[in-house]
Amino acid sequence: MLLIPCPWCGKRPENEFRYGGQAHVARPEDPASVDDEAWAVYLFLRDNPKGRHAERWRHIHGCGRFFNCIRDTVSDRIETTYKPNEAPPA
Amino acid sequence: MDSRSSFSIFSLLAHAGGRAWDRQWRDAQPKSAYDVIIVGAGGHGLATAYYLAREHGIRDVAVIDKGWLGGGNTGRNTTIIRSNYLQPESVALYEHALKLWEGLSQALNYNVMYSARGVLMLAHNHHDVQVFKRHVHANRLAGIDNEWLTAEQAKAFCPPLEIGPHVRYPVLGGALQRRGGVARHDAVAWGYARAASALGIDIIQNCAVTAIHRGPDGAVTGVETEKGRIDARRVGVVAAGHTSVLMGMAGMRFPLESFPLQALVSEPVKPVMPCVVMSNTVHAYISQSDKGELVIGAGTDAYTSYSQIGGLHISCETLAAICEMFPSFRRLRMLRNWGGVVDTTPDRSPIIGLTPVPGLFVNCGWGTGGFKATPGSGHIFADTIVRGQPHPIAAPFSLDRFADGRLIDEAAAAAVAH
Repeated sequence: MLLIPCPWCGKRPENEFRYGGQAHVARPEDPASVDDEAWAVYLFLRDNPKGRHAERWRHIHGCGRFFNCIRDTVSDRIETTYKPNEAPPA
Repeated sequence: MDSRSSFSIFSLLAHAGGRAWDRQWRDAQPKSAYDVIIVGAGGHGLATAYYLAREHGIRDVAVIDKGWLGGGNTGRNTTIIRSNYLQPESVALYEHALKLWEGLSQALNYNVMYSARGVLMLAHNHHDVQVFKRHVHANRLAGIDNEWLTAEQAKAFCPPLEIGPHVRYPVLGGALQRRGGVARHDAVAWGYARAASALGIDIIQNCAVTAIHRGPDGAVTGVETEKGRIDARRVGVVAAGHTSVLMGMAGMRFPLESFPLQALVSEPVKPVMPCVVMSNTVHAYISQSDKGELVIGAGTDAYTSYSQIGGLHISCETLAAICEMFPSFRRLRMLRNWGGVVDTTPDRSPIIGLTPVPGLFVNCGWGTGGFKATPGSGHIFADTIVRGQPHPIAAPFSLDRFADGRLIDEAAAAAVAH
């Protein structure tokens, strides 16, 4: 079980959280103006890296807030977590 | 095929005195070029190679794998076979596989231990009852055997099952596919490897692909591997959880996410479990291997990962469910648990067919339930590679469906909650 550092609550066990998929996926500004391929990219295409991954989590059984997380998908080690309005670390 | 390696009562008698069995397949080293390269020596990849040679006469084929043959999800799954999916496209696909399972041991001259002992999917609440009855009716319209059992009938079919009302999720009934069952997963890989090797196909292990080469026109020209460059005009990627990594080498993103999926086995005991039981709602599935171990399938982790391990709490939750459904199993000890990396698609159906890169074919996205499809998957993928267009059964499972919206939603039929 992962020990996830919520930016507001500190380290808590994984089962207090809900995984939210890849972070920083931008919704097209004007959905009606994009073609089917671009819309499919937004709906269905996600990064699936073997390595460093930026992802969303939500502390559903805690503060209820969303945040972002950088995790290595091979070791499952969490590099850092940060608040939704913050830029991802380089 | 070398006559000494053909299995029969006579070969069995000949070896009864202790003479060692010969190697069942050649451990090949790569040539510089092949007609077709299959990346991934799991069940699906080996089956593809076998059918390329057997059905289409294409024997200049290499199956290459970064590890050992059958060492990925083929050797890590819980071996359940069934075809009672909801959508007509899926029914055609999985039933095609089931029909091949029924004659596979004879076709390969290798006992894959296919056992049609019945797959019982339990309903624990009103919603389950409605969904499974819908499945039963849809399957009957499609000519697929699937029948509704009451809780008492389920108990009669599977005596160790607890159907009392005093548990959190009581058994309200179940859907039973009698032709469903299990097979020996390793034997499936070994049987296809042996048969493919005998037909002249090179199986190359411990040879990871590090790049996919393309010509000036964008078409595939070969692959770079740990054992050097191998040229081929047609490359089929059958790499399960690592498909995204390989597609990235060809400059493509794929609608796949990789998750660890776990399974575990108990200490071996005498026969106690006559069939396969699956439960989506409490999330557990269980059968008994011929060695006597109870084979238990757990869920995927919540997050994407290539760890091949998974969190222990996932297995523990499944064991809690097993103990509630089968109180007599509570004192059994678990021998070992493990994880595999499964590639899931947004609609929980596989992607089989062409890619935007000419000459590059893909067979992926089987998610948590690919073992059951192994023979059918290999059969239609070989046909797709040979013709350069999707086999009719594979056609609905194209990559295009995510752009045009013709999704094949099997989230309810996939036994694992994602």
